Amino acid sequence: MRLPAFLRLSPRWAPYVFISPFLLLFAVFSLFPLCFSLYLAFQSWEPTGGLRAMEFVGMSNFTFAIKDGWFWMSLRNTLWLALASGVPQHLVAIPLAAFIHTSFMRLRDGVMAIYFLPYITSTVAIAIMFRSLFSQDYGMINAALAGLFGMAHTDWLTNAQHIKPAIAFIVFWRYVGFNTVLYLAAMQTIPGDLYEAATLDGASRWKQFLHITLPSIKPMIFFGVTLSVIGGLQLFEEPFILTGGKGGPQQAAMTSAVYLFREAFDFNDFGGASAMSWLLFVVVALLTWITNLAFRPRKGRA
Amino acid sequence: MSSSPDFLHGLRTSPTRRTLLAAGLGVALAPSLRAAPARTLTVAAFPLVDQILRDAAPSWARRHPDVALDVVTRQYDDHHTAMTTALSTSVYLPDVMALESSFVGKFSLGGGLSDLLQPRYDIGRYRDRYVAYAYDQAVNRRGQVVAAPTDIGPGTLLYRKDMLERAGLAEADLQPSWDAYVDAGMKIRKATGANLIGNVKTLKDLMIRSGLEKGQGIYFDSDSNVLVDTPRFHRAFEIALRVRRNRLDGHLDTWSNEWAEAFRRGQTATELGGSWMVGQLANWVAPTTAGLWRAAQLPESSWVSYGGTYYAIPRDSDPANKALAWELIEMMTLDPARQLAALKTQDAFPALLAAQDDPFIGEPQAFLGGQRARLVWREAARRIAATAVHKQSNFAEDAVNAELDYVLDDGKDIRQALADAASLLELRAKR
Repeated sequence: MRLPAFLRLSPRWAPYVFISPFLLLFAVFSLFPLCFSLYLAFQSWEPTGGLRAMEFVGMSNFTFAIKDGWFWMSLRNTLWLALASGVPQHLVAIPLAAFIHTSFMRLRDGVMAIYFLPYITSTVAIAIMFRSLFSQDYGMINAALAGLFGMAHTDWLTNAQHIKPAIAFIVFWRYVGFNTVLYLAAMQTIPGDLYEAATLDGASRWKQFLHITLPSIKPMIFFGVTLSVIGGLQLFEEPFILTGGKGGPQQAAMTSAVYLFREAFDFNDFGGASAMSWLLFVVVALLTWITNLAFRPRKGRA
Repeated sequence: MSSSPDFLHGLRTSPTRRTLLAAGLGVALAPSLRAAPARTLTVAAFPLVDQILRDAAPSWARRHPDVALDVVTRQYDDHHTAMTTALSTSVYLPDVMALESSFVGKFSLGGGLSDLLQPRYDIGRYRDRYVAYAYDQAVNRRGQVVAAPTDIGPGTLLYRKDMLERAGLAEADLQPSWDAYVDAGMKIRKATGANLIGNVKTLKDLMIRSGLEKGQGIYFDSDSNVLVDTPRFHRAFEIALRVRRNRLDGHLDTWSNEWAEAFRRGQTATELGGSWMVGQLANWVAPTTAGLWRAAQLPESSWVSYGGTYYAIPRDSDPANKALAWELIEMMTLDPARQLAALKTQDAFPALLAAQDDPFIGEPQAFLGGQRARLVWREAARRIAATAVHKQSNFAEDAVNAELDYVLDDGKDIRQALADAASLLELRAKR
């Protein structure tokens, strides 16, 4: 059956029609909010007054953000959590991937699926589950620690010193499997004869790991670390849900992303929040660039 | 949110292209909509208030059989975030929104809510019918009245009578001063092992709200000067620290499972809060402790307002529904029968004076062991002064809470803590 002429798509327009769903969604949900937040960063806006309540204030949102003690505190919290959750992710994921790569043959996919599971689980479900696991008097973590080591019950979520490690652990647990998959994929591309040659030369497993595996997966380390840096600096859901959206004791779990949200929706300062989000963007870009300097493959070397 | 109300409106006005389109759509959807009333009045609310509104639906239907009452419920925080968003974009605004009292102050500054003093509403003529402070609380700096009070939360001290007795104490021992209250807590701890209070922040929250003169803010004065580094806060921090040093608080987040469990297990001997706390304890926190609790005035004759609910009409909501919206608010806030129904079913203490004079106010309350506690709250309600709300109040509360954490957990010096909080607030005061 042939369609009538007016329903047929001319080859000239077809590419545009097929790409338009993405472009439309991108324009509505990415491009517009991006531009709007840049615009808002220069406005003072009492949001409940409606859109007409905006007032141009020049750079004052930025000067406010730079002077604001909580902006810097939230950045420190974010960096602490990014390091405490990000570094162990890679230190564990690389050896784990090597172990799975060499030791599991037929079970490899199954083992990987188990490690990958937390990554595809809803963050909200994870945070709510950990909230009950970390419960001071009735949580399984305290029950286990008391049973195994006779430790007194720790107030994980209501003490500033304890809530950060608790959150870092959740983030670590969640992403370690994802990174392992990355590294495993990279290891599977290393030619097997490199290892055979090294074995013939008498290199130990450790030497092989150090001199063959690690250098070969360096591009993937760059990729994985970059993702961790960007993800770590945008950390939001876990601390937000664990603290009921309030930042926790001493605001110790208030990451920059949580603070941005609260500045806009709890403290009704959309202009200040937008300015902070652009400052955060600068920080993320800067740290990504530094990561790039540290890990990118240099010319003339493998 | 359903889009049918807008579309049905279209049918009543003169035909435009949009209404013709809507009519076409209407033909397509007709079977599902045939039975619906001609119009819908949308009310956005949060739990318990939504129930009060649903209970009022039959009376509303008798007045306006042709106008359906659509109550949209969201959880407390989600509701207020949704209202902020709706007001900021003027899209999907409900005809009436319920607001918790702290948000009335916050929203009153933006101009997104209708001024109820306008002749079409003229709330001013009803001023004397409401509890004075509840009405004054809804007056913003421009003198506009942005919301009508429906229920109030006079601050009250709840205590476990059985535990006090085991410690050889009586109600009068808790009340002379906040220090006496803490002293009593030490005796209760010794006799029963229970904590004086679940969360010491609540104690601080009540203390910083007491002794305010009418129109003064909690954190800022009317010229946006920061009031945090003052004796009122120093004292509250000192008492809180005393409670913590003597290990009299449970170190529990209010509303957390552990906090509720401590009530159920009899590990918390007293609680401070609005009168509505009794309903919360009775309905879900600790129904098994019924009969063991009593209510009293706060220590040191502190008259404090702690929570309450208002109804407001968004400035940019559908103009055709504004008259109906106001009629609903009048019914909910000025009809003693409705106010009493809310008190009976949901423990919402009436903001309407006429309802407070009803004999039901003097009825014994089973959860409080037959005590006539509403008389206690009525007395408090008539002595509370309205406090002014600053647009940075929410931030101020969090900044003060964080500094209190430093004092209680890390032993930070109180003077330093309050000075730090003050400098954080000064940066924002005039934003």
